[in-house]
Amino acid sequence: MKILVCISKTPDTTAKISFTDDQKFNASGVQFIMNPYDEWYALVKALEIQESAGGTVTLINVGGADNETIIRKGLAIGAEKAVRINAEPTSSMFTAYQIAEYAKAEGFDLIFTGKETIDFNAAEVGAMIAEYLDMPYVSFANAMTLAGNTATISCEIEGGTETVEVNLPVVVSAAKGLAEQRIPNMRGIMMAKTKPLEVIEPAAFTENVVTRQFDLPAPKSAVKMIDADNMDELVRLLHEEAKVI
Amino acid sequence: MSVLVFAETHDNTFKKPALEAVFYGKKTASMLGTQCIALVLGDAANAAQLGKYGADKVLHLTDAALNSFDSQVYASVITQVAQTTGSDVVVLVHSAEGKAITGRVAVKLNAASVSGANSLPELSNGFTVAKSVYSGKAKVHYTLNSDNKVISIMGNSLPIEANGNDAPVESVSVNIPAARVKTTKVDRITGEVPLPEAEVVVSGGRGLKGPENWGILEDLGKVLGATMACSRPVADAHWRPHHEHVGQTGIAIRPNLYIAVGISGAIQHLAGVNNSKVIVVINKDPEAPFFKAADYGVCADLFDVVPKLTEAIKKFKAQH
Repeated sequence: MKILVCISKTPDTTAKISFTDDQKFNASGVQFIMNPYDEWYALVKALEIQESAGGTVTLINVGGADNETIIRKGLAIGAEKAVRINAEPTSSMFTAYQIAEYAKAEGFDLIFTGKETIDFNAAEVGAMIAEYLDMPYVSFANAMTLAGNTATISCEIEGGTETVEVNLPVVVSAAKGLAEQRIPNMRGIMMAKTKPLEVIEPAAFTENVVTRQFDLPAPKSAVKMIDADNMDELVRLLHEEAKVI
Repeated sequence: MSVLVFAETHDNTFKKPALEAVFYGKKTASMLGTQCIALVLGDAANAAQLGKYGADKVLHLTDAALNSFDSQVYASVITQVAQTTGSDVVVLVHSAEGKAITGRVAVKLNAASVSGANSLPELSNGFTVAKSVYSGKAKVHYTLNSDNKVISIMGNSLPIEANGNDAPVESVSVNIPAARVKTTKVDRITGEVPLPEAEVVVSGGRGLKGPENWGILEDLGKVLGATMACSRPVADAHWRPHHEHVGQTGIAIRPNLYIAVGISGAIQHLAGVNNSKVIVVINKDPEAPFFKAADYGVCADLFDVVPKLTEAIKKFKAQH
């Protein structure tokens, strides 16, 4: 079983978000993490499958050299090797194209992504990789079993879940429930230092999406505190001021 | 040139996000001086009604193979219809299905895409679409430079109007590829508005002390016609089912009104709810961080306040 896990770097949820004058993300003082859906669910599910069915788990990331911290963390959790496409991603399609260009010659049986990144929430990369590679795509997987070449996957849909069957190879996006988070242990961290991390230059790509501008929301006005014995006043405000009931 | 909207159906009916997508498509088409075509795949009751929300024409493909969802099949069909109708803008819903299709259609049409847009395109300087990013802590504006453009829109992004008439319904010939993903079972909770579409959400946290105390929240939810939600610790402790969990690793919601009861407001929770238009927080701890993100706050014992609020709303509803 040859498995590829796509991992992404995001600011920690608690990070203070600001932008430089030339409309770039201001990384100063920001703690970066591996996108939780990639780390907790996609990677761990890949490892579980590899542990029971054999094979290899390869990580792939599109980004600069400073992404190697999170790549090494993925190796410490248990992936065998990693590939970094040496380019700052400019759009979902750019990222997906680079991953697909690498994957097409490798013949992966399974490609995992997280269901979305927690910073841009586009949820597009998995679908795009599947399209570039002409593979089926199952999104928001929260449980998965393999029997031979057939995967049975439970997925989140609006207001419920559905179960699907699909033959490998397949691209799967991982949601909560697909696996249990693993914390890297000391042995894993030591071993990760010497695992192979290949750096590849990006393939030529015409970018049609331009990030023009970031805005910060207007500061929130102070909360209006309502006395617990005056719920009629809260209802009045929700009706007359907020106009939501 | 035209705008093509994929109006998705659940159980043969159009839910509000699909109507919003049609309305969004019509507004975009008007700006571009062109028409809005709605595309319906599989069984659907009364596809002509999409005209009321702005569709100039409805294309309805009723082939039984389209009653089951496979992103590859749907993306292929949507792309073929976009090409035969000469549509250069394709609009989808940012739903579970929409998210699985948007990227594929964008690749097929070699189109720039915005997934999860929350406002209409701005055409004064190119074709620019905005979306909320970094858990609602910023907004980004993307300019799409390709001839074809694909946009999926977040639910509850713009108020819809139903002031048109029924639209003519036609069919169109397409090649339907064989599905590779087979749906074997669908479990959908019926009788309740799903959280991502809900306009009013009532949510409970650890402050309720146990699942046996949820009755007062359900009473409040009932008078408001709200969908029920909960915080992560509550779902993890199995006080409430996991599908009610809102927050970063749960469901992201954007209702008009979010009432959070006994939830302290950790940043991971806020990440999933701070696109709500109005937030009411009920918590007895004056230091609860949620008050900083709230529009209205009540600092008191929830077991005392919630029934009072329910009564006040009942009284209000009786008068209006």
